[in-house]
Amino acid sequence: MPVAFNINTGSNTPIYKQITDQVRLAVTTGKLTIGDPLPSVRALAEELVVNPNTVARAYSELMREGLLESRAGKGVFITHKRNIYSRAEGWRRLEPLLHALIGEAMILDFTREELREAFEEKLSKWKNSKGGNQSDE
Amino acid sequence: MNEAPVIQARGLTKYFGGKPAVYELDLEVPRGCVFAFLGRNGSGKTTTMRMLMGLVQATRGGGTILGCDIQALTPAIRARIGYLTEEHQLYGWMKVKECGEFQTKFFPRWNDRIFRGVVGHFGLDPAARVKDLSRGERAGLCLALTLAPEPELLMLDDPGLGLDPVARRALVESMIFLTRKSDRTIFFSSHNLSDVERVADYIAVFDRSILRACCPLPAFQESVAQFRLRFPATPPALPKIPGLLQSIRTENELRVTFIPGDGEAERILRTLAPLQMEAMPLGLEDAFISYLGERGEKTFILSEMEAKP
Repeated sequence: MPVAFNINTGSNTPIYKQITDQVRLAVTTGKLTIGDPLPSVRALAEELVVNPNTVARAYSELMREGLLESRAGKGVFITHKRNIYSRAEGWRRLEPLLHALIGEAMILDFTREELREAFEEKLSKWKNSKGGNQSDE
Repeated sequence: MNEAPVIQARGLTKYFGGKPAVYELDLEVPRGCVFAFLGRNGSGKTTTMRMLMGLVQATRGGGTILGCDIQALTPAIRARIGYLTEEHQLYGWMKVKECGEFQTKFFPRWNDRIFRGVVGHFGLDPAARVKDLSRGERAGLCLALTLAPEPELLMLDDPGLGLDPVARRALVESMIFLTRKSDRTIFFSSHNLSDVERVADYIAVFDRSILRACCPLPAFQESVAQFRLRFPATPPALPKIPGLLQSIRTENELRVTFIPGDGEAERILRTLAPLQMEAMPLGLEDAFISYLGERGEKTFILSEMEAKP
């Protein structure tokens, strides 16, 4: 199944980042798996009506992260995900998101228990990450 | 591949009466990019384009376009440039297809498939009279006439002006289609930031005759930071923040927009000891407005706005 990209202009997320975010999400939720092709830069640019350089920038970022690879003459494919961030760096990136989530929940008067339950429920709906590259904890 | 910039301006200045319309403009437009030229009405965009096209003489300074001095553009150079003016000048008595036939004679590289393609893309009847066309249809016809000679450089002066959303999308699609040939450069002015966000690689921002910013589009968005600070009660007075664009105070919030430098502004904000402080990235339009809009402090505290008895 090809991923249906959804681009919004006027968002506070730049278009190239909307593309990378949606590819990452599709991989984490299992909509895209290793070996799946993505449209060519030109095709996706014309489909989304955005500058091809914007798509190219998104793709090259995903390649740098090791989520995409380009095979000569064949196109762009989802590849085996390598963890490019150290555990410490991962925490550094996760921390502000956790902080924002908890802060917002407290302001909206949710109890700790409600938050914990909602979190568990959401978590259970996500498939385990593909490729068996979970770290040895 | 030619690495020289397609458009280059050095100290380009134009005075009308005693007032500068364009002041000391330095600009370089690389080959093969889509370059958006932004600014409020009357900020000097059209005058700049007219100077670059050699239609208005600069008071001082100068520039080149396709490597040729803008004061000495030859017909051969002009034939490589597609210039779409704001006014969409056409002969009302001609039919749509006659406009194409008429224009053919002036351009050695006229591509009639492009002309018919764009005319079709905008849903125009080739047999319709120009005087009966709507504003959007005229814009589509002008665009077809500008694109058909396959110009190396497109200069579009507010091509989206007055277009309905469907016609505007057709315009954006035409521009993206044009980037298929990687050596084509598009230089356009616009007020529609949603379209700009879709097509532009670079943006230049003009503010009252002065160029304020010129960079890749995502870099512009990142060049304006906004933070929201929450407080248990009325926020404290804002100390001096370097690069401050705007601050808004409400009952228990302080929203501060600034141009981030070395992190000093952020450090000062933290000294206010807010309950919570979060970065709120801005969209292109908000970044643009806080860059060019009214600067200074604003207060939205209802109790202070209510009429005193």
